[in-house]
Amino acid sequence: MSAAPTYDLGKLHGGLRLQANKSASTAQAIHKVPVPAQLVLPIAQHVGDPAQPVVGIGERVLKGQLIAEPDGALGAPVHASSSGKIVAIEPWPVSRRYGENAPCIVIECDGEDRHIERAEIPPAYDTLPPDVVLTQILQGGIVGLGGAVFPTAQKLMQAVTCELKYLILNGVECEPYISCDDALMREYAREIVGGAQILLHALELDSGYIVVESDKPEAIHAIADVLAEVSDDRLVLKQVPSIYPSGGEDQLVQLVTNLEVPSGGLPTDVGCLVQNVGTTAAIYDWIINHEPLIARVTTITGDGIAQPMNLDVRIGTTVADVVNFVGGYTDRAEQLIIGGPMTGKTVTTDRVPIVKATNCILVLSQDPALGPEMPCIRCGNCAAVCPVQLLPQQLFWYACADDEAKIRSYGLTDCIECGCCDLVCPSHIPLTFDFRMAKARYREMADEKARAERARLRFEARNERLEKQQKARDDELSRQKETAQQAGPEAIAAILKRKQQAKDED
Amino acid sequence: MEFVRREAPYIAPKANVSSMMLQVLVALIPAALAHVWYFGPGFLCNLIIAAIFCVGGEALVVRLRGRSPLATISDYSALITAVLLTFALPSLTPWWVTATGSLFAIVIAKHMYGGLGFNVFNPAMVGYIVVLIAFPMDLNLWVAPHMGDIDYQYLTLLQTIAYTLTGSLPETLTFDAISRATPLDAMQAGLRTMHTFGEIWANPIMGNFGGRGWEWIGNLTLAGGIWLLIKKIIRWHIPVGVFAGLLIPMTVMYAIDSSANAGPGFHLFSGATILCAFFIATDPVSAATSPKGRLVYGAGIGFLIFSIRQWGSYADGVAFAVVLMNMATPAIDYVTRPHIVGHPRRGQRQ
Repeated sequence: MSAAPTYDLGKLHGGLRLQANKSASTAQAIHKVPVPAQLVLPIAQHVGDPAQPVVGIGERVLKGQLIAEPDGALGAPVHASSSGKIVAIEPWPVSRRYGENAPCIVIECDGEDRHIERAEIPPAYDTLPPDVVLTQILQGGIVGLGGAVFPTAQKLMQAVTCELKYLILNGVECEPYISCDDALMREYAREIVGGAQILLHALELDSGYIVVESDKPEAIHAIADVLAEVSDDRLVLKQVPSIYPSGGEDQLVQLVTNLEVPSGGLPTDVGCLVQNVGTTAAIYDWIINHEPLIARVTTITGDGIAQPMNLDVRIGTTVADVVNFVGGYTDRAEQLIIGGPMTGKTVTTDRVPIVKATNCILVLSQDPALGPEMPCIRCGNCAAVCPVQLLPQQLFWYACADDEAKIRSYGLTDCIECGCCDLVCPSHIPLTFDFRMAKARYREMADEKARAERARLRFEARNERLEKQQKARDDELSRQKETAQQAGPEAIAAILKRKQQAKDED
Repeated sequence: MEFVRREAPYIAPKANVSSMMLQVLVALIPAALAHVWYFGPGFLCNLIIAAIFCVGGEALVVRLRGRSPLATISDYSALITAVLLTFALPSLTPWWVTATGSLFAIVIAKHMYGGLGFNVFNPAMVGYIVVLIAFPMDLNLWVAPHMGDIDYQYLTLLQTIAYTLTGSLPETLTFDAISRATPLDAMQAGLRTMHTFGEIWANPIMGNFGGRGWEWIGNLTLAGGIWLLIKKIIRWHIPVGVFAGLLIPMTVMYAIDSSANAGPGFHLFSGATILCAFFIATDPVSAATSPKGRLVYGAGIGFLIFSIRQWGSYADGVAFAVVLMNMATPAIDYVTRPHIVGHPRRGQRQ
């Protein structure tokens, strides 16, 4: 057992040391949630187009069976998380903002949890060419489990077209309360390291970092032990200080490599591919154990939860079922947040299902009233903590003035919505929310403009076409006239006569 | 079960404007007590008048603007304006002078521009400049510091109140008998009449570095300022900028000719230098906002104070320096924008 050394780190501007509030949920080992009576599986659990259901109502499905397949260039399949009968394909509240409805496949479980049999077991991954491994990953329904839920296979396929230098495994779970990755690293370090080896093979890379915050000693030891055991010198464990939001993808790249991911670009632009440790373990489960992504580790915590803990839960289990499993709510439960306290979304009902993106269920009491929002006094605390080095006070000023050119030049679209500025604002201005609204407003306006531009081009093209046709007709007519006049009166008489004959024959 | 709708983040901010302003006020208490000790109870009389007119003026304007007066005055920013204005005034100041300055500061400089957060100029300094220009005689009447060995007559509390209310001295006293030049006045006038630094320093109003009494007010202001730095109410950029902008050129001048120029220590501990660096220039609303911008802004104020003291017709010049740099704030903010992570750096190709 050896502690990982702390390496030289790049600089990350600002950030906050937040009260972690993680020990409540990491006090116990990961608990397995039993098969619920009903599973609700949204067909869009990833960035990109929703998957298309390939099962019908009344059909019996087995655990691990494909029930919706990707549609479009960017997508991921959905698999049944247990065996049972499809009872509905209908809108259901999901963990989008406030719990809006979205189409879901509802399975009534038979409780037998019978596994589908795989037609053929593929050969060991290290005997396969890298692109075949990538195609296999595509079929596992694996998406980024850090919260972005970008389809992993597509992310990898984009990455192999770039000049890659490092694979970075993200074990930096910097947001308070969330501890699912910590728990996973403690108990499934072998799967994470194994998944990392699969990724190195698939990407044809020979350098990978596993990055963990220094306030997670158990996770660090677990990973270090497995690394010592497999003695794979391509993989290096790196410790970073626990400063929010160093677990953000671009922030982590900056912290580990001291390179800035270009604005609007991807980490692959600076030669890095970042994968969450949970995603990595899911890849291992799929490639080695042939288990698609049908369960994940989720933290359930907060002062509104009787017994905070980490759970191994089937995708599709509703929050209500999970809460029942951990002993119900306390009487302080007022806010239900899917995700963490900095970036999560509140939902109004606990009927929403756990999806691939659900890393945390946070139930909190409400803070006492803060008092009214005050004017910005330009204290600059927000700028001091902004990890992207924006000037939120100026962004806010221009957002209020609705000055799009200015707000863009001050980097609105570079805002990662981490929420640090809100926490230090003495005037209690909801800066992150205002920036989110401004982004949405300008995105809408840009879409509108693009639509208008397309319509204008269509209209102009049509006018041009009509003009051309008219001109062609006019030209033809004048050409005929000219030929006739050149030919002289006899020719005209002959033509007229020919026409008369043609008429008579009719 | 139904749950409430909220927007991320869900962790409540700890800081609030009122408590920030309150801490600024607390940090000024030691310096204010020293002021009373050395220059008599007039400071308190002025403070009461300024507070009444600043806070009352704010309540009135906010009411006229159709907003809640209580919510506005409870941010304590008007009170800070009152305190800063009081620090700028001589301890013997008739009430109408203080009232004029207060109303100008709050009604014109602050609320005509939109109130807290929108004022372009530092309200207290605008108020001070207005009375400095409108009532130059009253603003010149500084009493000597209460040191024991300086020969002059002191006003009792009742006499001070009477002067504040009526603007006239008891019949037994004359202005000449109680007023003294401030150390900065004495220094500027002395140097310009071709006295050497050493000759001027022989005046009993001079102390170790600055004027007697003034030094201690300066020390306690500095202590309050450092406390604000530790509490992170202010950041170091503006104070450092002010000191650098003022003291570096002063040191150069002093090094060139130490008989015709006062040393940097004198300028640091005389007049409003320290108060300006920690409490006036650091008003965030009218200051530049990025770290680099604040250094530039502070240095600009320091250099303007240097210029006015060295070549101008006023002995101090803090108020003019601050208001002039307030004007430059938007430009400073524009040219000192920090590098946004992921954007090409200056001079770097895209």
